[in-house]
Amino acid sequence: MNDVVAGRGAEPVVLELRSVSKSFGTLQVLSDISLQVARGETLCIVGPSGSGKSTLLRCINWLEKPDSGAVFLNGRRVGMNPGGHVAMSEKELGQIRTRIGMVFQHFALWPHLTVLQNVMEAPLHVQKRLRAEVRETAEALLHKVGLADKRDVFPAQLSGGQKQRVGIARALAVRPDLLLFDEPTSALDPELVGEVIVVMRELARDGMTMVIVTHEMGFARDAATRMVFIDRGQIVETGSPAQFFTAPATDRARQFLQRYAIANATTMEAVAS
Amino acid sequence: MIRGFAITWAHRDQMLDGLINTVWLSLSAAALAFALGCALAAALMSRARPMAISARYLVDTMRCVPFLLFAYLVYYGLPSFGIRFTSWMAGLVALTLYNAAYMAELLRAAWTALPRELIEAGHAFGFAGFSLFRRIVLPPVILAAIPMIGNQLIQIIKDSAFLTIITVPELTHQASSIQATYFVPFAAFVTAVLLYWGLCMVVEAAVAGVGRMAEARR
Repeated sequence: MNDVVAGRGAEPVVLELRSVSKSFGTLQVLSDISLQVARGETLCIVGPSGSGKSTLLRCINWLEKPDSGAVFLNGRRVGMNPGGHVAMSEKELGQIRTRIGMVFQHFALWPHLTVLQNVMEAPLHVQKRLRAEVRETAEALLHKVGLADKRDVFPAQLSGGQKQRVGIARALAVRPDLLLFDEPTSALDPELVGEVIVVMRELARDGMTMVIVTHEMGFARDAATRMVFIDRGQIVETGSPAQFFTAPATDRARQFLQRYAIANATTMEAVAS
Repeated sequence: MIRGFAITWAHRDQMLDGLINTVWLSLSAAALAFALGCALAAALMSRARPMAISARYLVDTMRCVPFLLFAYLVYYGLPSFGIRFTSWMAGLVALTLYNAAYMAELLRAAWTALPRELIEAGHAFGFAGFSLFRRIVLPPVILAAIPMIGNQLIQIIKDSAFLTIITVPELTHQASSIQATYFVPFAAFVTAVLLYWGLCMVVEAAVAGVGRMAEARR
């Protein structure tokens, strides 16, 4: 068992995974993952590539359907109706998914919509909120991520860093209970990583509940409230960033961090500058 | 030769009538075939196997029937089942159904080439069913398919010339009737060819214009 219980007992649990397993064919990608995330936590998931980090994230909002185990958002079962035997319809699933914002590795902005329309799309057409209110929210969010002047531009005309900041604004616009980040900076040129990290730091400070799959160890070290280290589909180690980065408990985590040491130093410089 | 063109010019009302019919038929058929093609493409891409398979059979069958034969079937064949159209309506129905299959196929190709993450983002933000199709999938698919849709529009214009054989009074029909009356085949047909050419040029220009607009949204 990899039972990981949130550190802050006082805050309610937003996300819970119970014994989630997933295979692709004969390849076991996730085995028996259990995890709780409390409100306001910034949980950073790290691990070697191919370790199952992204699959784990995608199981949370049912983009991948786990083979077994259960996912709960605010105590409500994701993907399955009560009882756990009947799968939800796409519509029902949509109503849960709209409580979760997601930021993608390759941005996945909708190319036919302007920046502002991208941010307004789900609140308007999934959540059916009022246009005036949605527009106000969207404009405020674009301002927050520093792209107010790009609102009427199409995604193709933005840099990677700008696209990802729009991606974050889009994820925030649904007023999510939980934000998922799937390697949000991996597809960016090194000099553009900083501008995205700045926005994510701010969200962590604001107490947004986030689960972040990342390779940015510098960011994880000082923004995470808790670290989860995954290898070969299992949670190997979990703990505070201070403990994880200075005194990892397992050999596998230690080896992983050593391999990252050099890259990490460069990233820190990039972020600092 | 000069006499031939003079006679054709003298019957310019008739040629113009034919041209207007051709434009009307082609544009209406293109619009209808496009709408039907969108629905068929959705069926082709459907995860419900029976739906996808029936759509596949329908599209493949349609693409393997010669258009001429299909037009014959709609106009002369359907009345045996009590379905009777005027020649103009039969022409429209034949053009629409026939080209819907091609529209479906080219939209499906654009859909398949769409980055998977875009649709996934739609799912992740709670879009499902028709609203996912209508708001997230269809617009980028159409934008990507614009050059191919333009090609198909030109194909429709040229296919409409076949409808002369079911007596639709379109451009080829009028040219043919002028040449049959006065025996001026060269002048009448060359005039028709030039009019088709001009029509296709207009379509090309329009598609290029729309294509530039689409470029920014890709």
